[in-house]
Amino acid sequence: MTKKKMTIIASKGTLDMAYPPLILATTAAAMDVDVTIFFTFYGLEILKKNNADKLKVSPLGNPAMPMPMPIPTLVSSLPGMEAMATAMMKSMCKKHGVASIGTLLDLAIESGVKLIACQMTMDLFGYKKEALVDGVEVGGAAAWLDIAADSQINLFI
Amino acid sequence: MSADIKVDQVLDAKGLSCPLPILKTKKAVEALTKDQILKVETTDPGSKNDMASWAKRTGNEVLKVEEGSGTFTFYIKKSA
Repeated sequence: MTKKKMTIIASKGTLDMAYPPLILATTAAAMDVDVTIFFTFYGLEILKKNNADKLKVSPLGNPAMPMPMPIPTLVSSLPGMEAMATAMMKSMCKKHGVASIGTLLDLAIESGVKLIACQMTMDLFGYKKEALVDGVEVGGAAAWLDIAADSQINLFI
Repeated sequence: MSADIKVDQVLDAKGLSCPLPILKTKKAVEALTKDQILKVETTDPGSKNDMASWAKRTGNEVLKVEEGSGTFTFYIKKSA
């Protein structure tokens, strides 16, 4: 049986939005699917060395985020609110046995998930390849399309 | 009960959420030889469906699923 293929475009760099690509990638790899994740724009935050477990989530502009009490939008913009929301989500994850982003990234690498960093974004934001975790390839839109054209599942997150 | 199933390896995935029970099951099954049996214990309610999907995709066989109070026990035969 030829292996199925999946690609994911990871375009977000917040704690909450880093989960879906990594959960799907690691699970797909465990289901014998060849996985490629293309990290573009803020998604590159996930790939920066020692940064995966430092991602944050903000209650600002995020009205669906469950909070212990209703928080007015203006209050969400105060200093410390982002840190509080981040700490809250991390403690919820820990309590429910949800792996950290760093752990999922390690598991993805270990299971052979191919990681491609967007060249254009790196140039745009001034990121160097050395600043990213080891084993990352750098490529452009055509590199992703080439793999996506032969994949059964292609997701933009 | 499951007295008729000879278990070769036990994996405790209790307290873990998606996707960790599946990832750990995959690793544990990889370490077995063909026809050996892995017993996996989970508490994640989603693992019941996930384990079936995973086994179907990877060509392994779930011989039996037992549901306790908040726990699920899977007997998986390495078939692939």
